[in-house]
Amino acid sequence: MTPSVPAPLGARTPPLAEPSAWHEISLTVNGRPVTAQVESRLLLSDFLRDRLGLTGTHVGCEHGVCGACTVLVDDKPVRTCLTLVVQCAGAELRTVEGLAPADAPLTPVQRAFHECHGMQCGFCTPGFVMTATALVEQHERPDEKQVADALSGHLCRCTGYRNIRRAVCQALDERFGE
Amino acid sequence: MSHDSGRARSGDGGWIGRSVPRVEDDRLLRGNGRYVDDIALPGAVEAAFLRSPHAHARIESVDVTAALAAPGVVAVWTGDHVRDLPAMLNKEELRTPPGLAELLDPLVRMTPMPLLARDKVLYVGQPVAVVLAENRYLAEDALELVEVRYAPLPVLVDPQHALTEGAIRLHEDLPDNTAVAVATRVGNPDEAFAGAHAVVSEHFEAHRYVASPIETRAISAQVDPYSGRLIVWSGTQTPHRLRDAIAHTLGLEPATVHVIAADVGGGFGQKGILYVEELLIPHAARHLGRPVLWREDRNENLTASSHAREQIHRIELAADAEGRLIAVRDRITVNFGAYNMTGLVVPYNSLCHLLGPYRVPNVHIDVVGVLTNTAFATPYRGAGRPETVFAMERAMDRLAAELGIEPEELRARNLVRPDEMPYATGLVDRSGKPQSYDSGDFPELLRRAVAKADVDQVRARQREGARDGKHVGIGFAMYIEATGLGPFETARIDIAPSGRVRLAIGAPSQGQGHRTSMAQIAADAIGVPLDVIDVIGGDTEATPFGVGTIASRALVNAGNATHRAGRLVREKIVEAAARRLGVAEGCLDLSDGIVRAKEPGGPSISLAELAGKAPLPGTPEPTDGRHGTEISETVHFRPPGFAVASGAHAAVVEVDEHTGEIEILHYVVVHDAGNIVNPMIAEGQVTGGIAQGIGGALYEEMVYGPDGQPRTGTYMDYLVPTSSEIPDLDMDEIFTPSPMNDLGVKGLGEGGAIAPQAVLAGAVEDALRPFGAVVRRGPLSPSRVRALIRTAAGT
Repeated sequence: MTPSVPAPLGARTPPLAEPSAWHEISLTVNGRPVTAQVESRLLLSDFLRDRLGLTGTHVGCEHGVCGACTVLVDDKPVRTCLTLVVQCAGAELRTVEGLAPADAPLTPVQRAFHECHGMQCGFCTPGFVMTATALVEQHERPDEKQVADALSGHLCRCTGYRNIRRAVCQALDERFGE
Repeated sequence: MSHDSGRARSGDGGWIGRSVPRVEDDRLLRGNGRYVDDIALPGAVEAAFLRSPHAHARIESVDVTAALAAPGVVAVWTGDHVRDLPAMLNKEELRTPPGLAELLDPLVRMTPMPLLARDKVLYVGQPVAVVLAENRYLAEDALELVEVRYAPLPVLVDPQHALTEGAIRLHEDLPDNTAVAVATRVGNPDEAFAGAHAVVSEHFEAHRYVASPIETRAISAQVDPYSGRLIVWSGTQTPHRLRDAIAHTLGLEPATVHVIAADVGGGFGQKGILYVEELLIPHAARHLGRPVLWREDRNENLTASSHAREQIHRIELAADAEGRLIAVRDRITVNFGAYNMTGLVVPYNSLCHLLGPYRVPNVHIDVVGVLTNTAFATPYRGAGRPETVFAMERAMDRLAAELGIEPEELRARNLVRPDEMPYATGLVDRSGKPQSYDSGDFPELLRRAVAKADVDQVRARQREGARDGKHVGIGFAMYIEATGLGPFETARIDIAPSGRVRLAIGAPSQGQGHRTSMAQIAADAIGVPLDVIDVIGGDTEATPFGVGTIASRALVNAGNATHRAGRLVREKIVEAAARRLGVAEGCLDLSDGIVRAKEPGGPSISLAELAGKAPLPGTPEPTDGRHGTEISETVHFRPPGFAVASGAHAAVVEVDEHTGEIEILHYVVVHDAGNIVNPMIAEGQVTGGIAQGIGGALYEEMVYGPDGQPRTGTYMDYLVPTSSEIPDLDMDEIFTPSPMNDLGVKGLGEGGAIAPQAVLAGAVEDALRPFGAVVRRGPLSPSRVRALIRTAAGT
C-alpha cells in the first residue's frame, strides 16, 4: 500500500551561496524515492522541513542535545540537526509523517502517547515517538536500562517524563507481551 | 467537610471531572502540528540577530557595508535604521494597580528598550543589528560581516554591588540602579522580635535559571496582499498585548493587526512578555513587502530570552516557646537584569506569597528590584513564588532545628485553619485589595504529605547511621498560590447552522490542553456532546479582547467565561426551541444537543435543526441586518478575587557524602486546586511543574562570570533534566472549591514548580545533619554538596 504521505515540494529555496558544492543525491523518504540537488552544508533537518515540507520533525536546540529532531535513518534514530543531508545518500529515512497514513489509525507507539498523556505541547513528541518506534521494532524487547538510555537522549519540558515512560512501556508490552 | 465532594459533584454525569483524552493529540502525533516555524510563507525572508558580545559597552560604530554585499542579503538594520520607532515599553505589566499605589506607593521606574541598541549595550545578547536574507544560512553568514566597535564599560552582575553608592548606572536617565521598590508592614514586628523566645536570622539565595521551552521563540509576519492587514504568527502567551504593542510601535490601528498564537511548544512565562524581536519582524514584513520569519536558536534562548528566579532574602523569623510564629521580617533583592520588563509582578508575588499557609501577626517585608548587566528577568512558572517559598521554608527548617521541633510539627503549629477561611493576612494582594485566602485546608494537605512520606522510617534509618557514606534525609515544604489573575478573559460561543459549536477564548494554549478542557466546560454548560465543539485560542480576530495564558489564570478566567457563555447560549437555544415547538421554556430540557420536552412523548428538536432555521430569540424576522440563524454569546469574565491554590510537598533523599550525588527516593505531593475539570491534564500540569522545580533544585543554573559573560549558553552546560533524573511522583489531592467563581476551580499551571527547590534543600540539609551543613543556595549539584560538607567540616 502506498502511504499517503504529503508529496515533497522539491527544492525551492535559493541556494545557500556555495554553487561549487552542489550534490545530486537520491534517498528514500517515508517509502518514496527522492532525488534532489543539495548543498554540502544543508542540514538534514532543514532538508526535511524546508525542501520536502515535512515539518513534523522539530528543531529544538540545533546542537544535538534535545532530540526533538530525531528521525529514523535506516531504522536507527538519528539527530537531523547534526546530520548533513549529503551523508544520507542512498539511505532510507522515516519521519513522524510516515508512521501512520492520514486515513489510518495511529501506530501503537503514537496511540500509547495519546492514551498515557505522554505529551503536552507536542513539540518534543515526534522525536520521542521516533526513538520509541525504533525500540518496538527491535527483534527482542529492550531491557529497562536500554529504554532508559534511549529516552535520556530526549528533553521534554512539559510532562515530567512519567507519562512518556508509561507510554513507551505500554507500546513495548503491546509488541512483546507483558 | 468532604474533600472529595468537588470531584464527585462535578463528575456527576457531565464532562467536567473526567479524564477525557485530549483532542489535540492526533494531529500532533501525525506531525501536523503548526508551530510558527512550520507555517509555510512562500517567499519569506529570514532574520538573524547580531547580539552584543559585551555585558556593558558603548557602541562607537556599526559598519554593515560588507554584510549588505553578502549573497542573498535583503537588508541589514542597525539601531539607526529603526531610530524613529518608539522604544519598547510593556505598559500593561508596568502598571501599578490603584489600590496598591494608594496603600503602598511603590516605586516603579520605566526603562524603555530600544528595538536595536544604539548608544549602549547593557547585557550580552542584546540585539544590535538584524540581517534579513533569503534564508537563515545566508543571514547568519552575513552576521559575521557586520563590524561593530565597542568601548567596554564597567560591568555590574551582582545586584548588591549595583545598589552601592557610586555604582555605574545602567540607565543614565535614572538616579540609580533601582528598578522597583515596595515595602509593607503589618502589626508591630520590632516589638514582636524584641519579645521573642526564638529568633532565626538567615540569608538565602534563589539562583538564576530559565524556562527553556523546547520550542524556542519564533515569530513570522506578513502583510496580506488581499486585505492589507498585518498577519503575525507568534509563539506568544499573550497575543492581544502583542497586537496592541505592534500597532503602537508601527503606528497602526490595532484592528488591522491580526496576531495568531498557533501551536506553541511550551511557554512557562518566557513567551508571556514582550520582546523587541516581536516588534521588529512585523516592521520588516511591512517595510520589505515580503513575509519575514525569525526563529531563535538555543544559544539565543538560553542567554538572551528572559531569565528568572535570582533573588536574595535576608529573612528573620520570631517565634514563641511553642514554635508559633509571632513575626517575620524579610528584605528581598531581586535581580532584574538590564531592563525593567514586568515591574512589580515578580517582586510583589514574592512579597505577598512569603507568609504562605502560615499565620503571622507581625510582618515587615521590603523588596527591591535591581538593574544589572545581565539578561532581563521576568516571570517564569511560579513567578516569584518558588524564590520566596525557598526562603520561608528554609527559614522554617532552621527555626525547627533551633527549637528542636520536627519540621512538619513546626509547620502544623502555624497553619491557618480551614474554619478561618476566608482568611485575611493583613497584606495587600497584587490587585491592590486586602489579601484574602478564599479557601483551602492546609492542615489536611500536610497531614496527607506526612503520612505518605513516612517520617518515622526515615528517622529510624538515620538512627542506624549512614551506609557506605550515604545519608538519608527528609524535607517538607508548603505553599499557597493566588491564582486566576484578572483583569478578565473572553469566551465567545457560536452555534453554526450545522449545529457545531465554535468556542473562541482569548487565552492560547502552550500544551495545557485547552481544546479538550475548555470543550468539557462548554459541553456541560450548553448540553451538547464534546465532539461537536471546536476550540480556538489566542487568535485576536476570533476574540478581539483577551489577556492570555499566564499567571495560572486560563482555567479560572477563560474557563468561567466559557461556562457563563455556554449557560447563556443554552438559554437562547431553549428559548428558540420553545418558540419553534410552541411549548413553554420551562417544559424543555437540553442535553446531548437535543432539546426535548421534559414529559415523555413530547416534541423534540436537534440543535442542528434549530440553528439552521431558527430566527434570533425575540427577533421575529431577520430584518435588522443580522443573521437570523445566529445563536451566539460573548462573555468577559472578571474574577472578583484570587482563587487560592495550595500544596504540601515532601521529599526523601539519599546523599552520597563522597560524590555529592543526590538520589530522590520518594517525592510526595498533595495539592489543592479546587474542582478539577480534567484530572489527567491536571496531574500532567502538576507533574511537569515539579519536574521543572527538580531541575532548578538540583541541576539548572544560568551562570554569569564577573565579566557579565553567560557561561551556560548551551544544553551541554545548562542541564535540563532528562527522564533519568525525574522520578515517579507520589501524588494526592484534596478539593476545596473556590467560592470566587462558578466552576469552583483554581489555577494549577504553576503550583508544581513552587515547592521543589525548598523541599529538596530541606531534605538534603536533613541528610547532612551529621555535618551541620546549612543549605542556603542551589542548585544542589554534586560539587555544591561536596562544598557544603567540606565547609561544614571546616576542611
